[in-house]
Amino acid sequence: MGRFFKRTSLVLAFIAVFAACAAAETPVLRMATTTSTDNTGLLDYLAPLFKQDTGIELQWVAVGTGNALALGRNCDVDMLFVHDPESEEEYMKGGYGVDRKQVMYNDFVIIGPEDDPAGIKDKSVKEAMSAIASKKIPFTSRGDKSGTHMKELSLWKAAGVPVPEKEQWYIQTGQGMIQTINIAAEHSGYTLTDRGTFIKYEDNYKGNPPLVILVEGDEALLNQYSVIAVNPERCKEVHYDLATKFIEWVTSPRGQQLIADFKLLGKQLFFPNAK
Amino acid sequence: MDYILEGLINGIVLLVSGDEETYSAISTTLKVSTMSIIASLIIGIPIGFVLGYFDFPGKRTLRTISDTLLAIPTVVVGLLVYAFISRRGPLGSLGLLFTLPGIAVGQTILALPIVVSLTAGAVEGLDRQLKLTLLTLGARGRQLAISSLWEGRYAVLLAAATAYGRVISEVGASMMLGGNIKWYTRTMTTAISLETAKGEFDMGIALGLVLMLLAFAVNAALSAFKKRAAQ
Repeated sequence: MGRFFKRTSLVLAFIAVFAACAAAETPVLRMATTTSTDNTGLLDYLAPLFKQDTGIELQWVAVGTGNALALGRNCDVDMLFVHDPESEEEYMKGGYGVDRKQVMYNDFVIIGPEDDPAGIKDKSVKEAMSAIASKKIPFTSRGDKSGTHMKELSLWKAAGVPVPEKEQWYIQTGQGMIQTINIAAEHSGYTLTDRGTFIKYEDNYKGNPPLVILVEGDEALLNQYSVIAVNPERCKEVHYDLATKFIEWVTSPRGQQLIADFKLLGKQLFFPNAK
Repeated sequence: MDYILEGLINGIVLLVSGDEETYSAISTTLKVSTMSIIASLIIGIPIGFVLGYFDFPGKRTLRTISDTLLAIPTVVVGLLVYAFISRRGPLGSLGLLFTLPGIAVGQTILALPIVVSLTAGAVEGLDRQLKLTLLTLGARGRQLAISSLWEGRYAVLLAAATAYGRVISEVGASMMLGGNIKWYTRTMTTAISLETAKGEFDMGIALGLVLMLLAFAVNAALSAFKKRAAQ
């Protein structure tokens, strides 16, 4: 009995070690990214193609942009794929990143229930934000320093409304985008989302979602995505060479074409604009 | 209501059709829980044995600490281990964050108090008479210790099964230390949590069924070991 157990555990330990070794053979690029590139399935679509072209396996942790930048600062990932230009610039100034490149954009939209209790449909962003605040209709916020959250904070500011930090109708989820949309739907409330994630959400409900786009097309709602390699001089153990390969690949004509071709419900989610 | 039933049916379809994503989460859970259970048994059984078998000053305190740690929240373990294995942390150079061994470190810490406390309790609970009998039979030192452990083998298996139950069902440490990376560190529990939050129930239900099945198997093993241990 005892010998049997010893043997089994030895065998299992070997399996574990071999599995680890097998995984170590293909080069692995680890990326921290925003939840929108993950929730929409964009990375699920790009990763196998990237591997096919370069032999590099892409692994990603999907968190808000703020968290992603923190992972980069801690040297826990090799590169970032994020969408908050302001905090990205600060990050670059701090010397934490190199080779920042624009990749693609889409836009943010304000979504809410079809009966639109705050009456914001087709209003400007400023009017919409103040209408929601003055009528105290539930609004879910990411509340996680993600790119979307930072954008939302700037929209409150632009509308001249103090951030409704402790108001009861202001629900800070601390979760990813699609989770936050679901929470908004449970409360029949509003939220700010990137269009890509919204299209994915629509797709989940087979084109008939409980929340619909009410405000869009405002210049304030542009959403720019960029890639950044974690600075190899600060972080000795990052795979800078692999990060460089991805940045070159995703900004190349092929990578850009692939992004343009990525569609859900026949709609394009992201618009490539690498320079 | 329809979507729950639909989710259940789709969940079963995923399992039967051998859906790759679903089985990836299952195999990840099995891999990582195997690592952590082996590690916690290798470390925990000797400690538990020493705590239960020998008398020494400070023994009570150590037992109390181990018993207290039985209830340590998974997220606290996640937080502590994260701080240590982040590249900025003291063990950062090992590159464990967001890997299976990283999760296994956290789970081992979760399982360890269970293994230690239950093993210690089992060894302690062995009939005093047994020790005397073994002594009169001429057993000494190491031989005596090994025979005692052997007598308590079912209790040790009970400890292992209990620890395994805790390890496969926890989500906090797996999420924080593994990062829920698809195909790689996405376990059954983190996948269920993500899928539910996304409002997609199919895969969550499929994995939930498997987890329940595993829990059932662990429990069946538990009661079998308990019966043997009592004999």
